[in-house]
Amino acid sequence: MNAASTIPAHTDGARPRTLAEKVWDDHLVKKGEDGTPDLIYIDLHLVHEVTSPQAFDGLRLAGRPVRRPDLTIATEDHNTPTLAIDRPIADPTSRTQIETLRRNAKEFGIRLHSLGDVEQGIVHVVGPQLGLTQPGITVVCGDSHTSTHGAFGAMAFGIGTSEVEHVMATQTLPLKPFKTMAVNVEGTLRPGVTAKDIILAVIAKIGTGGGQGYVLEYRGSAIRALSMDGRMTICNMSIEAGARAGMVAPDATTYAYLKGRAHAPAGADWDDAVAYWETLATDEGAEFDAEVFIDADALEPFVTWGTNPGQGVSLSESVPDPASIDDQHERAAAERALEYMDLAPGTPLKDVHVDAVFMGSCTNSRIEDLRAFASIVKGKRKADGVRVMVVPGSARVRLEAEAEGLDKVFEEFGAEWRFAGCSMCLGMNPDQLAPGERCASTSNRNFEGRQGKGGRTHLVSPLVAAATAIRGTLSSPWDLEQEGAR
Amino acid sequence: MQKISTVTGTAVPLRRSNVDTDQIIPAVFLKRVTKTGFDDALFYAWRQDPDFILNQEQYRGARILIAGPDFGTGSSREHAVWALRDYGFDVVISSRFGDIFRGNSGKQGLLAAQVAYEDVERLWEQVEAEPGIPVTVDLVERTVSVGTLTVPFDIDDYTRWRLLEGLDDIGLTLRDEESIAEFESHREAWRPKTLPIREPAESGSL
Repeated sequence: MNAASTIPAHTDGARPRTLAEKVWDDHLVKKGEDGTPDLIYIDLHLVHEVTSPQAFDGLRLAGRPVRRPDLTIATEDHNTPTLAIDRPIADPTSRTQIETLRRNAKEFGIRLHSLGDVEQGIVHVVGPQLGLTQPGITVVCGDSHTSTHGAFGAMAFGIGTSEVEHVMATQTLPLKPFKTMAVNVEGTLRPGVTAKDIILAVIAKIGTGGGQGYVLEYRGSAIRALSMDGRMTICNMSIEAGARAGMVAPDATTYAYLKGRAHAPAGADWDDAVAYWETLATDEGAEFDAEVFIDADALEPFVTWGTNPGQGVSLSESVPDPASIDDQHERAAAERALEYMDLAPGTPLKDVHVDAVFMGSCTNSRIEDLRAFASIVKGKRKADGVRVMVVPGSARVRLEAEAEGLDKVFEEFGAEWRFAGCSMCLGMNPDQLAPGERCASTSNRNFEGRQGKGGRTHLVSPLVAAATAIRGTLSSPWDLEQEGAR
Repeated sequence: MQKISTVTGTAVPLRRSNVDTDQIIPAVFLKRVTKTGFDDALFYAWRQDPDFILNQEQYRGARILIAGPDFGTGSSREHAVWALRDYGFDVVISSRFGDIFRGNSGKQGLLAAQVAYEDVERLWEQVEAEPGIPVTVDLVERTVSVGTLTVPFDIDDYTRWRLLEGLDDIGLTLRDEESIAEFESHREAWRPKTLPIREPAESGSL
């Protein structure tokens, strides 16, 4: 296995190990015995307003400090408005939660980037942007999309609030080793096909439970060819396949992204760090517990038709017929999904009209995502009756986009250009779908009611979101080219 | 955390797969800063339907939820566990759980019992044939019993031990404080730190 790999085993005579095993071993505080879990050290703890208040409360009750404020950073993202951010937050419960985080950060000495701060934004955009997310580290956050940071070769995973408190108090977590799965993506993506289409195809292939208990390692020529932003999109949605984490071995692309960032190693530290990072890639001959293969050459723009991220097909296909599904639970789930989505079996997906397009979320809100969206909509007008929202992942991404003039492109297209936050990915702030509204969304979850009660979500790439916003029906850039040729 | 060994009570057959945590508790309820008071938020969207199973009289006061495969997938929100606990559930049975949900359950005294796919079907049939029939979940023996039917369930040894003893994870870990300090003393200088705050080299260009 791994015949394509040319990386030599980095320790002579030692058992070949995977990337995930190496990071795990290097963070072992104490090996578990007799069925007890290992104790794993956590290098970076990311905190936001939604899953932290009860954890801080727990510390206060027990009289415990945050052990390592210097390995902890907080930002406001889930609840924050994306309009009029200079005014007090209108929703009193959202305001209370934000104010609670501010109080807690002050009391426990935690660095916090609040609304209005240049480093504020979605926690999974902020960590990499500051250079805090680095190869070979362990990263946790009370948010399942923490898997994003695995794009750097970090072991990064979401945790619950009890674990948030545990990390605050001890900077460790008791964990059983994860299993490993190689996701091999070989070939070359066609123009118009993106990282988002790769991960949607992976999830459709292995299912929403297929990755349970696993760390997925994305490998192969198609992954190596991706930018860091693309790799983050893929690792981000590992949780949608049920996996704890997703990882990509660090390489020159990773180092080029990191160099010069605020918290990246500098000077002699940089050389030491790179020397270590170079040892992390999976050894030749290392064994994975499972392996899947995806042919990048054959991939097309992808879209979901149902209410879980595994219910997806190529955009050129039709809504599937539940009667053709053998497994009774999957069949029942598909029937329920089509009822909720108000879709009939056999309908070509390109005939499906949308009411809204959401361009944002921790999956697709980095600068390259905004550039991709802009490249399609530049000089055009959105379809009548379609509401288009573009929400950058962080205040810094917003500034970067404006420096490139992307805001003007979006505004001339007829899109709303917003401030940074999680926004309509989960509708905790006022950015929500109305009941029955249908949305092409670059986010990560198409669950019932996720973007607003009764709202219907189709997960797509930024390129598909852009083409859909132009035509008003689910579309890819390929459809625009055909139109132009007519 | 309270000790758990045996739970006996009414069980609710929830014949749905892929019950993600957004269904267990929608995001709009995550704004509270407390750990309690989430009982009304449980399955909020589905409970608007008067025919939804939790709204049926014969399943009032249930302590055991029997769900389809892949229960608790999606978001990491521990609020899903608090809402199930607040509503009165002590046990959730499924053939497969989302990993984070399963972990959260074990830390909050909610027993996530993994039962084989076919056995879940048999439990559903028993409970639907006689709603309100007492179901017993025995953590010592790792079995679920209803009427004459007894099926085994899986739970990892460590979580089982902590539930049986009602132990707090943080307290257990702090017994190893010396090992943690020892590990920290060797942490490489180049590994990231959030403090002191450093400015990006290229910030002027933005």
